[in-house]
Amino acid sequence: MTRISVTVDGVGYQDEVEPRLLLVQYLREQLGKTGTVVGCDTSNCGACTVHLDGHSVKSCTVLAVQADGHDVTTIEGIARDGELHPMQQAFHECHALQCGYCTPGMIMQAIDVLNDNPHPSEEEIRLGLEGNLCRCTGYHNIVKAVQQVAGAQAPAEAAVAMPATAGAQVQA
Amino acid sequence: MIPAPFDYVAPTSLADALAALADSGDEVKVLAGGQSLLPILRMRLNAPDRVVDLGRVEELRGITEEGDSIVIGAMTTYAELLASDVVREHAGLLTKAVQEVADPQIRHRGTVGGALVHADPAGDVGAPVLALEAELVITGPAGQRTVPATEFFQDLFETAVGEGELLTAIRVPRHTGWGSHYEKFVRVVHQWSIVAVGATVRVENGLIAEARIGLTNMGSTPLRARAVEDALVGGPATQDSVREACAAAAEGTNPPSDLNGDSDYRRHLATVLSRRAVLAAAGV
Repeated sequence: MTRISVTVDGVGYQDEVEPRLLLVQYLREQLGKTGTVVGCDTSNCGACTVHLDGHSVKSCTVLAVQADGHDVTTIEGIARDGELHPMQQAFHECHALQCGYCTPGMIMQAIDVLNDNPHPSEEEIRLGLEGNLCRCTGYHNIVKAVQQVAGAQAPAEAAVAMPATAGAQVQA
Repeated sequence: MIPAPFDYVAPTSLADALAALADSGDEVKVLAGGQSLLPILRMRLNAPDRVVDLGRVEELRGITEEGDSIVIGAMTTYAELLASDVVREHAGLLTKAVQEVADPQIRHRGTVGGALVHADPAGDVGAPVLALEAELVITGPAGQRTVPATEFFQDLFETAVGEGELLTAIRVPRHTGWGSHYEKFVRVVHQWSIVAVGATVRVENGLIAEARIGLTNMGSTPLRARAVEDALVGGPATQDSVREACAAAAEGTNPPSDLNGDSDYRRHLATVLSRRAVLAAAGV
């Protein structure tokens, strides 16, 4: 067992963990933070995305011991004083979810996209979300939600007319 | 999926990391960014007794300029490399290729050195390192040695890094003023290259003065397309001339056959992608 000291959603934790414990298991099974989900378990789908020192990572592909001394933010730590994070609010308003399973990872990655580039084009948003899969294929409204937060949403008519493919290169 | 149990060591200096390696048995794995190793451990394709994590060895991170070279610490992440104006300006092919690696989350964690030592022929860093004629700095108990990229990649998942040694830096000669492009062919945007071609060229008065081309996933290691380079040099940077030169792109390759395509298909792709890469690099 290895002793780790990690901050998760603003709270400090000290725990003894097996070195092979994945960060996502630590969050879910040891800390009870089940908001972060396991999707593919193979680094493909991005459902388990959290922020490590402010940058998005797939928590199924990080060991808990690698997070020792670092700061983790999960989907459970982004609302403030009972108010949804603007990205959560935008996902709600734009109906950017269907079954909802990819949503925690999508929101965490969408926040990362805007941290890197506050005013992305539609193509930049789609590329920024390339590591997050939505099996309901509901990408269109997810992109709209990110555009809403970026203050760069295209007019509604234009948005409907846009081909909802990864190849669409409409500047928002 | 949960990895098999292992001992974990997280040294904070290169000296301690080498000591930890020397102190380990045969069944040791070095953890860099973990974006290839952790999936391998989870799927139990490998079950080392010990993992030596380089994540806390600060001296292996960062990008510096040394004379005619840019020196990239082995533990520099893809995201850090992408943020480097020096790399973009003087070794633009690396920037172009790394933009195409996986997805943003993986680029935040994955390291340039980790990818090179993992030496997956479908990985996107090997071909540019080969094309840019980089040197790889390897450090072990006997000290430091430098090997050219041509000798670094030895076979599928095999490099010149020996037991008890670590890749510590990548020295890339400046290619200031060269154009570059990395043309990657994939079915799904964040996946491994089916085939990719990295090209960097220096155009002078409409003629290709120098050309270097690296091929991804056209054999058990990254490869240089020497026949194309030779055919390009001295010729005009035009559609027809480049197309003709790139017909030789598959010469000397031994591409795999798999679900994504058989080896003949890959040979064809190499010619098409080479043409696109060279034309884009030459600004045509």
